[in-house]
Amino acid sequence: MRRREFMGLTGLFGGGLVLPAAFGKVIAQEALGDAIPDALKRRLADVGLGAATSGGATYCDVRVGRYLRQFTVTREKTVQNVINTESVGVGIRVIADGAWGFAATNDMTDDGVAETARLALAIAKANARQQTEPVRLAPTPGVGEIKWRTPIKKNAMEVPIKEKVDMLLAINAAAQAAGADFFNSVLFLVNEQKYFASTDGSYIDQDIHRIHIPMQATAIDRQTGKFRTRAQLSAPSQQGYEYLDGDASQKVVTPAGVTVYNKSYDPLEDAQAAARHAREKLKAPTVKPGKYDLVLDPSHTWLTIHESVGHPLELDRVLGYEANFAGTSFATMDKRNSGFQYGSDKVNFFADKVQPGSLGQVPYDDEGVKTKRWDLVKDGKLVDYQTIRDQAHIVGKTESDGCCYADSWSSVQFQRMANVSLAPGKTPMTVADMISKVEDGIYIIGDGSFSIDQQRYNAQFGGQLFYEIKNGKVTQMIEDVAYQIRTPEFWNACSAICDDRDYRLGGAFNDGKGQPSQSSAVSHGSSTARFDGINVINTARSLG
Amino acid sequence: MAFPTQDQVKAILEKVVKLSKADECTAVMAGSTDGNIRFALNNVSTSGIVNDTELAVTVAYGKRVGSATINAFDDASLARVVKRAEELAMLAPENPEFVPAVAKQAYRASPTFDAATAAITPDLRADVAAKSIAACKAEKLIAAGFLSDTSNFSATANSNGNYGYQTATRANYTCTVRTTDGRGSGWVGKDVQDVTQLNADTEVRVAMRKAAASAEARALEPGKYTVILEPAAAAGLVSFMIRFFDARQADEGRSFLSKKGGGNKLGEQVYDPRVTMIADPWNPEAAVMPWDNTGLARERQALVQDGKIANLNYSRFWAQKTGKTAVGQPGNLLMMGGTKSTADLVRTTERGILVTRTWYIRMVDPQTVLLTGLTRDGTFYIENGEIKYPLKNFRFNESPVIMLNNIDELGRPVRVASDESSLVMMIPPMKLRDFTFTSLSDAV
Repeated sequence: MRRREFMGLTGLFGGGLVLPAAFGKVIAQEALGDAIPDALKRRLADVGLGAATSGGATYCDVRVGRYLRQFTVTREKTVQNVINTESVGVGIRVIADGAWGFAATNDMTDDGVAETARLALAIAKANARQQTEPVRLAPTPGVGEIKWRTPIKKNAMEVPIKEKVDMLLAINAAAQAAGADFFNSVLFLVNEQKYFASTDGSYIDQDIHRIHIPMQATAIDRQTGKFRTRAQLSAPSQQGYEYLDGDASQKVVTPAGVTVYNKSYDPLEDAQAAARHAREKLKAPTVKPGKYDLVLDPSHTWLTIHESVGHPLELDRVLGYEANFAGTSFATMDKRNSGFQYGSDKVNFFADKVQPGSLGQVPYDDEGVKTKRWDLVKDGKLVDYQTIRDQAHIVGKTESDGCCYADSWSSVQFQRMANVSLAPGKTPMTVADMISKVEDGIYIIGDGSFSIDQQRYNAQFGGQLFYEIKNGKVTQMIEDVAYQIRTPEFWNACSAICDDRDYRLGGAFNDGKGQPSQSSAVSHGSSTARFDGINVINTARSLG
Repeated sequence: MAFPTQDQVKAILEKVVKLSKADECTAVMAGSTDGNIRFALNNVSTSGIVNDTELAVTVAYGKRVGSATINAFDDASLARVVKRAEELAMLAPENPEFVPAVAKQAYRASPTFDAATAAITPDLRADVAAKSIAACKAEKLIAAGFLSDTSNFSATANSNGNYGYQTATRANYTCTVRTTDGRGSGWVGKDVQDVTQLNADTEVRVAMRKAAASAEARALEPGKYTVILEPAAAAGLVSFMIRFFDARQADEGRSFLSKKGGGNKLGEQVYDPRVTMIADPWNPEAAVMPWDNTGLARERQALVQDGKIANLNYSRFWAQKTGKTAVGQPGNLLMMGGTKSTADLVRTTERGILVTRTWYIRMVDPQTVLLTGLTRDGTFYIENGEIKYPLKNFRFNESPVIMLNNIDELGRPVRVASDESSLVMMIPPMKLRDFTFTSLSDAV
């Protein structure tokens, strides 16, 4: 499931200085450029590996992590908060007597790490007494020492706070001038400094940088009491501060006249548009419920892919490991074996951890497996799942797909979604071409409300902007739209996909899964796609 | 891992406050031991323990605020963390919504700690998993569940002479039981402060019964139905709505509690007169810390009294601006009800639908708090006071505001936790008219 925004734009950060405990400790700006010394990481890793193996572990991995986040939180003319958080520590995972054990500590001493390794061993041995089948790890080669960093041009963490604050306040002012009654903007930066070592002989040091700029314009009609919002049309990205440069070559003007963004974002321009759209929504006619042909922009489709394709094809869900929380999956193994028609023959989904700029991109996952790209749905047929090392054998694979991730040193790593994307159409088609052939449809831009059942059959999605399509033309903005789907019928109703010129990524920082719940960042790419005869409901209600 | 003693914590906080040369200083120290065990497919899958203790120092020069934290507590470290917070404050932009540190508060201790929960061992966790699994295996059912527990302390002090220290514990157990053919699913959840109140062997049987009973589900046309929401099913909707009891949002015109033409709905009848919801940190069944995360003392207060909006949540800034008094933001939600159990409510229902649990609830329209979500792990048709047969799950599109105007009867509140709310809640089972299901789900 995708978590509700964990920093409600008007909620959590509105009440003065709030320390977001979940994100670690608050640190000074000048410390954001620091890193744990290489020699210390190596030494702690070796201490952990040594203590585990001498205590009887048949496998051990040690993750020495430093996780930084920065939130610059503003509304209108006010900087509500600037928060730098840091979380540093060591997580140790072992296999002993055929069972997993995990323990973590922020005590970065040799003794602290050795003690934690022994605690992980004790937990593994306690768990082994209940275990009926020993853990089987697919082999992965040791790779020695490796270092990688997101190829950023400008480290956003190092941009002075004043520059960020000035940018956000200018954005807010422009949005208010364009008609927003209220405007919230947040610059949210993440830097994961992850050092992974295992008894396989890998010492992998990765430095990941991500950027996200959530915004929201609110327009109010005081007389009627009606209010409407419009959120940003950007995509969180694995880039540096250069993502906010507003490179004109990465802007796309859609047939609805709305500008959407590819690999570079123009927050000021989008904020002004958000204000105008929020005002326009106050007067937009309400949708007539019924069946429509939907034309979905990639800024919207990513979330539908995430919920109805990415999650059901996680092998741990298929097998039942997530039954108590996130749920299981309708896409059971027998469906893969029989070539289940997941979508129309135009539909191809691939998983990957390698697309540059995507949130999931990383050369090695959190159990030392080299990442790759592979097919999940080919010509509409279900062909594969996403696995990690202790699952590979279950689907007859000899290697993991590299989908292991932990959101902190203190969290145990487990199977998380790779980027899962809809491949672009193979025949040339622009969005204008697509819309020209739609008689009675709705064009949806941006992601909105989202909900799906625990086996990923029944889903409901909203959006940011809805436009009526009549006889091949976009006619007007409409409101109160949500569509309900049954996953296989929906993807089988996919009748056209624009070509790769329109391919863009969307994504989220906050995909929630597991118990205790962990957050993961993931992107989903697509080109604009058409779905025929989809059930649209009207969401307007009256409280009297 | 042992926490520092209360005396040690107090000495550290006093030292920190004294070290600061800023206009004001607040020091907060918190430590926790969090343990968990997770099981699925009748096997333990993961289990772990995380220890962490931290000190956060916040200082202000005028309206410039800086914060820093540290997890070493020797004199040199304390001096360093104070200096770092002070340096950061001098670099920070002025916050026009700055409010000074809280005045000296009179915290009345609340009963949030239980020694048995603080003493949980890996063996006890493994035993909870083992009992859940063994019961299911014996009946050819499949268990997936989670036990998490925390033992922690929080302490706060500031340059206005404020000081508080308290310990707390909590344990939460959930278990989903499925039939081997995947056609039936049941769930149980139990949230406790005292882990001796948790008997996994008994609790898991609730989920087992529901799993077995839900296997032959029939489809019922979506529409408006009388429903009985079990407390866990109702909690997801009610806790979602409570997030929007913020006074500022209401005053700004962007909340369901905003009034046409301006102002908020404080004092107005918004719900059925039987709806009363209070926050009370000292409630013995749902105790929470007696201060919020700004250090402001919590009070016993009604949010809704007899269906009228009795209080909204004021941040300290918004209270100051609007001439109100801010009290600590609630940490629990106690909804009043009657004396009947869920089973009693079923017995007096001619025709209706029993909902065990709600899932993936999201906002569709904040104007009306229209929420969508699904039923899960045990949905049943009731006729003439009896459960007749299991139903396929539904998607609902419903506003808790409308739902709490359509009350037939409220039962006896029980302590529940929600998937996505940190509130400790006491929620009654609810019998409601005209609950809106908009589509069927094939999910089990």
